Amino acid sequence: MENVGALALLLAFCISLYAIVASVVGRLRNRPFLTLSGERAVLGVWVLISTAAGILIYSLMTGDMRMAYVASHTDHGMPAFYKFSAWWGGQEGSLLFWSWILSTYAAVVVVTSRGKHRLLMPWVVAIISSVQLFFLTLNAFVVSPFQVLALDKVITSVPNGMGLNPLLQYWAMVIHPPMLYLGYVGFAVPFAFAMASLIAKAPGDAWIHTTRRWTIVTWLFQGTGIMLGSAWAYHVLGWGGYWMWDPVENASLLPWLAATAFLHSVMMQEKKGMMKVWNMVLIAGTFFLCIYGTFLTRSGIISSVHAFAESPIGKYFVGFLAIGIAATVWLILDRLQYLKSDAELESVVSRESSFLFNNLILLASCFAVLWGTMFPVLSEKFSAEKISLDAVWFNRLMVPIGLFLLFLTGVGPLFAWRRTSMESLRKNFQWPGVGMLVVVAALFIGGMRYPYSIISLGLCFFVAATILMEFIRGSRAINEKTNIGLIPAMIELTHRNTRRYGGYLVHMGIVLMFIGWSGHPFNQTAVGEVNKGDVLRVGSYTLKVLDLTQGDHGDYQWDTATLDVSKNGKSLGILEPTRRFYKIAQQGTAEVALRTRLNEDLYINYAAREGDKATLQAYVFPLVTWIWVGTVVLIFGTFVCLVPSKVARSWARTEVVDVKKVNVPVKA
Amino acid sequence: MNKYGKFAVLMAIIVGSLGFLAYSGIQGNTTYYKTITELRQMGDGAKVRHVRVGGDVESNSIVHAAGGVMFNLVQDKQTLRVSYEGRDPLPDTFRDGAQALADGRLGPDGVFHAQEIQAKCASKYAPKPGMAPDQLQPGAKPAVVNSPMRSSL
Repeated sequence: MENVGALALLLAFCISLYAIVASVVGRLRNRPFLTLSGERAVLGVWVLISTAAGILIYSLMTGDMRMAYVASHTDHGMPAFYKFSAWWGGQEGSLLFWSWILSTYAAVVVVTSRGKHRLLMPWVVAIISSVQLFFLTLNAFVVSPFQVLALDKVITSVPNGMGLNPLLQYWAMVIHPPMLYLGYVGFAVPFAFAMASLIAKAPGDAWIHTTRRWTIVTWLFQGTGIMLGSAWAYHVLGWGGYWMWDPVENASLLPWLAATAFLHSVMMQEKKGMMKVWNMVLIAGTFFLCIYGTFLTRSGIISSVHAFAESPIGKYFVGFLAIGIAATVWLILDRLQYLKSDAELESVVSRESSFLFNNLILLASCFAVLWGTMFPVLSEKFSAEKISLDAVWFNRLMVPIGLFLLFLTGVGPLFAWRRTSMESLRKNFQWPGVGMLVVVAALFIGGMRYPYSIISLGLCFFVAATILMEFIRGSRAINEKTNIGLIPAMIELTHRNTRRYGGYLVHMGIVLMFIGWSGHPFNQTAVGEVNKGDVLRVGSYTLKVLDLTQGDHGDYQWDTATLDVSKNGKSLGILEPTRRFYKIAQQGTAEVALRTRLNEDLYINYAAREGDKATLQAYVFPLVTWIWVGTVVLIFGTFVCLVPSKVARSWARTEVVDVKKVNVPVKA
Repeated sequence: MNKYGKFAVLMAIIVGSLGFLAYSGIQGNTTYYKTITELRQMGDGAKVRHVRVGGDVESNSIVHAAGGVMFNLVQDKQTLRVSYEGRDPLPDTFRDGAQALADGRLGPDGVFHAQEIQAKCASKYAPKPGMAPDQLQPGAKPAVVNSPMRSSL
């Protein structure tokens, strides 16, 4: 079985190589049958990698303990769900997973774009296949998932595997890696189209229109993946944080920031024909940051709490990155004359300029995160001292950057193209601006003294107000014509221009997340060693320890504290934080007791027990729920962006706009 | 001023202030990775800088006392006396023989005053590639993810 899997990977490697050669030769020599065979080779690669993946999954599910990968990532007692997720739980499997997603994407591209872009497709196939070839090299020759355990050349099996870390046995942690991978890998497609249009000297922005949905979906996957990781940390690890600027977190944030910049700056190219070189640089940067992130999490060059086992694959990644970046830079420089801008910047107070600053800030934050992440490596190289920067340093930079971005989120979309008149500034920003000052003053008078939180909440109000005004203004105009009521008018408005209003919803999600982050300085903590009958106070909560119990549950031992919770003397019921200790893994996990409300979370962790006394950590986290609410709004807004707009079609029939009674939903 | 001049000035202000924040932040918020030997050689520098040292927890050296935990950290036959004075409870993986990282400062008394301890159990390392299967004890754990490291997370 494992031989079939290894053979499939080997064949996939050969066929990927063939796909590259056939596409390039077929395109240059103008032999359609060769380019067609290149496209079919991509489908063949998908079948082969799926076969290999299927065999690995089968071995994982049936618990074939002869295989090194199965033995080190599963055990017989694990639920099937987690056995399946072991596919991406370790180094070898996760790289195969990477390969498989890439080949799936490639197959989808081939099937959906075959009829279109005849001149681009061979190059697209060649570029995606080159990336595929790199990963198949790793899969087939360097870190094969199909290694078997052997003792003196005799294949042996172990009675039981080592299982999965109990901390990872949590639903969000099972879907978090695939989400991130779907994001990481997905940027290969827009990258391939961008480079293909450069190679083919294709005029225009065809690559942007073709890959817009790819980019958005990929961006959504990545953002969701990051937030799932965050939610997991908050709910499972028992320390109550959601982000610590760990290198692996940063690795996932980097391409996301670059992609966010890209999503904004392509609008400049679509609408105004500007920033063409910049967009090429951004999409290439995003793609290579994805590869770099994959590299960072696996090579062990930076110590991280998430680290995979160290392995020899680092140098392969460095080689691939070096070749890829060099080729991209050369290509862009060589084709500069095809990337001339069609327009010039005219004013500092314009939509163009707000995009420019948005990009500058996103890129600056990207660079700051990259710099901070790499600092231990850089400092060791240049000063012989290995120095790491802590979260305080990151926050020091990223908080002002974030606030400035939030400000741009508010003003950018309302600036007019080219230049903005004083009149329109007044119309758009008078009330939100006044409101913001009122909020800031109220918070200050109310006793709030953290400048960043005050500014953040003020800006949140400002941005939310500008967004709401846009919705209300637009739907009022529709309502006046059609009299369908304000709410249906709002839906109609959004449907007419899903990109614009979906984008506003995404911005609204970001605003809500900022509200959540603003609560951070007001976190309250209490740690106490308590006995039965003791009382622990945190914020306005009083926790009375009713009982401390222990028990054994086979796999793990547990300790539970039964707490009577009251706030300002009013009883809120019972909370039971629990601590488990898994015997086989020798690993403790926290089952945090959480009381979630929109204004604050009460978060209690059973940290440790010594004798009769339990150490409890109690926290109050104000506003933290808004981070998760904002994430949901952001995801919803992104979906709205993906619905096709009605505008393009209704322009063609503007003359019948008045009799538009039949709002036939446009089907995609 | 022409419009490009305005853009240039605005960008310079933004990049400059971020650069300043980044540079000034490096002074205060850094941790130096040191071996115990290096720490001893640093002299007085070690007493002001925030340092991270690693090593094995010497067996039977852990003493719980009022206000903290004392233990010895051993690395390359060098022993360092560590006093843990942090607020968080120690991780479950902190025990005799565990590998530990201590963050803190060296005191004038030669004792290392740690604010944070991270620990991982030495027996739970991932098997190196090529390791014979009889070393793959069932129940041993690969280090896919380290211990919860509450103190550092």
